[in-house]
Order: sequence, then structure tokens, then C-alpha cells
Amino acid sequence: MPMTLTEKILAAHAGKEQVVPGELINARVDLVLGNDITAPVAIREFEKIGVKDVFDRDRVALVPDHFTPNKDIKSAEQSRLLREFAEKHDLPHYFEVGRMGIEHCLLPEQGLVGPGDLVIGADSHTCTYGALGAFSTGVGSTDLAAAMALGETWLKVPESLKFEFGGELGPWVGGKDLILHTIGDIGVDGALYRAMEFTGSAIEGLSMDGRLTMCNMAIEAGGKNGIIAPDGITREFVEGRCRRPYQFYESDVDAKYQKTYSYDASQIEPQVAFPHLPENSRPLSDVGNVEIDQVVIGSCTNGRMDDLRAAAKVLKGKKVHKNVRLIIFPGTQEISLQAMQEGLLQIFIEAGGAVSTPTCGPCLGGHMGILAGGERCVATTNRNFVGRMGHPESEVYLSNPAVAAASAILGRIAGPGEVD
Amino acid sequence: MKLAGRTWKFGADIDTDAIIPARYLNTSDPQELAGHCMEDADPSFPARVKPGDIIVAGKNFGCGSSREHAPIAIKAAGVSCVIAGTFARIFYRNAFNIGLPIFESYEAAAEISEGDEVEVEAATGRIINRTTGKTYTATPVPPFMQQIIAAGGLIRYVAEKVRKDV
Ligand code: SF4
Repeated sequence: MPMTLTEKILAAHAGKEQVVPGELINARVDLVLGNDITAPVAIREFEKIGVKDVFDRDRVALVPDHFTPNKDIKSAEQSRLLREFAEKHDLPHYFEVGRMGIEHCLLPEQGLVGPGDLVIGADSHTCTYGALGAFSTGVGSTDLAAAMALGETWLKVPESLKFEFGGELGPWVGGKDLILHTIGDIGVDGALYRAMEFTGSAIEGLSMDGRLTMCNMAIEAGGKNGIIAPDGITREFVEGRCRRPYQFYESDVDAKYQKTYSYDASQIEPQVAFPHLPENSRPLSDVGNVEIDQVVIGSCTNGRMDDLRAAAKVLKGKKVHKNVRLIIFPGTQEISLQAMQEGLLQIFIEAGGAVSTPTCGPCLGGHMGILAGGERCVATTNRNFVGRMGHPESEVYLSNPAVAAASAILGRIAGPGEVD
Repeated sequence: MKLAGRTWKFGADIDTDAIIPARYLNTSDPQELAGHCMEDADPSFPARVKPGDIIVAGKNFGCGSSREHAPIAIKAAGVSCVIAGTFARIFYRNAFNIGLPIFESYEAAAEISEGDEVEVEAATGRIINRTTGKTYTATPVPPFMQQIIAAGGLIRYVAEKVRKDV
């Protein structure tokens, strides 16, 4: 029977010839992930199981990235639990401040996930790695604890939805715009429990950074995973980087999809998602006059080199509007270094922006840029829920990095074309 | 197991930031989390919720992050169960894993009003609105997940499995 890419990876990890949607499987995991919010709960549960060690010390990644460098005593205590657990179990993939990054930027960069992998992480944006042609999905802390002990997890094989993007991307349009447009179309539960497979000429032309952005936001449509068939761009990214052998899978031509959505990418403008749901996306030309107080560029959605380059291109030689705070979060230490070498950090700082060490920071309203009541922020992050970046009466507008940069300069939501 | 209490009604797409805002996630202490449960959706909730109370909400309840702190906060607040049109995927898993009973029923979610006295029979998924007299049946739970519940949550289930393997 023909299978989708997602089904093939699940079958391979369940030791089966084939799987069908709806089937419950026990699957071997290639990597499990926890962070400073979810791992403390997982560690507590892990201790209750009664095993001495984790299933494979090379396959457990712990990344303290949410409230780090620790913002207060409580979060420092949580991070310490990770540090001590990593030490006790001699985990090589524990990433300390100064060597860390935002988990979903860090793991692909460090070659810890590869095509054909099955990865679960106690973080909803674990779906990011689908960009590499892996099956990856978010779970809770208890699931993480069980997987750390067993090296396997139970999964329901999802139905697949196909999203075809024909045509080519217009200027200043990227993966963020395609995914915001898609979520705007199908809604925040439009892909509930299902696999989202992205294909078409616009995807083939999309850089790895752009693909990571798209798959990152599959969860914002309720998706179980986002996935893109690996190709030449994938090969270039993983070669010499991946630490384990990997395998390229692709969907059979006659694989079954519950539904296929077709979009003409050349008709998609840069998108802005209005408060308080990612599905409230609109083309930039329909935004109107929205004055802003803050701009955040970074996160696991748009904190990679392509994103910083796009923002720097807009900000070069310009000044941030006097009423706006611009805060930039490179995704990892390596990205920070590369951005420094390319002169991007200088552009940001000369423009009047604040550059931070990698952290989730304001993305989840943690620290480093919390909004006061009534304030508005344009952010390249992935969620604009009530209170997501601070006060319940603040507002977050989601956009791509170029739009965020242009908005920082003009003090209102604006496109790069409006900056002369 | 009888689940019964007064209902609190919320809308569709109640996200995990509404259930427990991320600003409080620098702790995983259930009681502390309960003190901020649903705060951004209804600031009066943490102070007024009573043991046994039931949360009723529209589609896609628990969308957003993977934080298990969300069902933990609800459970620690004394809520006996959640009835919603649908649940977001990770929240659904987490609720089972930590032992918070949840029930999917579009009709019940739509028709039950705030303040109704509702009772749920966990085994059958029968939802009885004592205020209106109407009854509903929730979507059945897959047998595998019933095993997890029967074992007393995922960790006990795994602990048993580990013991057998040794
Ligand atoms: S950057 Fe934001 S969305 Fe990404 S892992 Fe951190 S908090 Fe979550």
C-alpha cells in the first residue's frame, strides 16, 4: 500500500512494513528533548519509574533556554535540576548558557536530528524538525519521562494533509508568510491531530531556514507534525553536520491524503497575524495604521541566519523609531557569532536595537522584553495569545523579520518597501 | 468515579497561556500553579473555583504549548474534569498522562451553561446536566488510553512495563 513520508518514518520506527492512519503504534525514538520548563517535571516523573539510567545517554537532549540566563531564583532552581540530572546521567547533550541556543534552532544546527528520524520533545514546537524530513512532535513532560526510560513512545498514526505551494515567492515573502497564510486559511485547529506535508515549487525553492520556520508553526494549526520531503537543500544542510546516519524518505505518488490544499505562492503577500490568534493573518496591504511600542526579532521561528540577514538588510543605515524598542535574539551562539562576523550585529546596534544572548525570553512572556498593559509589539515569534508577551491587555502581531524590521523603523506595522 | 460540580464556561481555542500563563512557569509546584489557573481568561477563577467544579469549553481546548503545567494547574485547582468540543493534541495526551479526566462532546460543550450542575460518569462518558435534565455521551476513549487510565497514569503503566521486562 502506498504511504506518505510521515507514515513511512512511523512504520520504520515501529518495526512494521506499513502503518495506516488511526493505528496506535509503539515507536522507537531517535532523540528526546526537554527544556528548563518541561524537564523538571519529567525528571520528577522519571525518578518514579524505577530505572537507573536513561535509555541512551546520547539520545537525550536537555536545553535550558526559556528562562535562561536565569531570570530569578525560582527559574535558577529549575535549571539546576536539569544540570544535576545531566551530570548524574553523564548526558553529552546538555547545553549550558554560553554554549546553548533556543532548542529548535540548536538541535538541527548541532546535527542532533536528521532526515528520517523520529524525535519527540517536551515542547510543542518540536515539530520544527520536519523541515529536515524527520517526524518530530511535541509531547508533555510525562511522555518525555517515559521515553527517557524506554526509548520508545506510543503514537497514533495521523491522517496527512497536503499543502501545495505552486509558483515562486515574491519579494520579502518567506516561509513565515506561507505558514501564516495557511493557518489563516485553515484555522488554529485546521490540522488538529494531523500531519501537514508541505510541497510544491515554492517549497523546493525555500532555504532550510525558511523550511524550519514553516514546520515550526505546524502546531499553530493544531498539527501533529509538519514535514517536507528531503531534497538537495536538505542534503547540503545535513552533510558533514548530522552525527548519526540518516535516511531520506518521500511520499509515494499515490499516497493517501485526507485533503489537499493548493496555493499560488506568487499571490501571497507578507502576512501579519493580528491578536490574539495566529489564524488572524492578513496580507500586509490590509493592515492599516497600527502604531507599535516594541519589535522582537528572533525565536525558534525566525531566529536563524536568513532571518537576521533579512532584518539587517532593512535596518542597514536606518534608525529605530523613537517610540520603539527593538530587541533581537539570535537563535544560538553559533548564529550570534556568524551574525557578528557578517557585521549584522553592528547594523542592529547602530540602528538603535538591543541584541541579546540566545533565549526564549519575551517569546513566551518570560523575561527580556515584557509588555505593559496596552502596549503593542510586532514579533517574529509564533504565538500572539492573550498575555503571551506580558500584560493580558498587551497585543502581539506576528510577522516575518523584514516586516518587523521595517515596522521598527517606522513605528507602525509596515513593509520593507515603505522604508526608503 | 463520580465527577460532579458546578460548571465554568469558556469559549473556543482556550490556549495554554490562558490556562496557566508562562510567566508563572518558573515553578512546577501544583498548588502555586493552581493559584493562577485560568487567570488571563477569568481573573476571578482561582479564588472562586470549588472542589469538583467542571470546566466546559468550545473546540480546541488547550491549544498552544506542551506544558503539562496546564492540566496540572486545572487538577490542583480542584476541577474534577473538563468537557470540551475538542481538545488540542498535546493537552489531550497530557491530561490522560497525569490523570485529569477529559471528555469530548460538541453538544454538551455547546448546550451546558455557566453555573449548571453537571455530573459525568467516567466509565461510560455519560454527561448529565442536572440543571436542565439533558444527557450527552462523550466520544469514547481509545482502548489503549483506557489501559493507561486503568494503570493509574502513564508513569505507573511504564513502571509496570519496566518491571516485567527485567
Ligand atoms: S522561542 Fe518561543 S516558541 Fe520557541 S521554544 Fe522558546 S518559548 Fe517556545
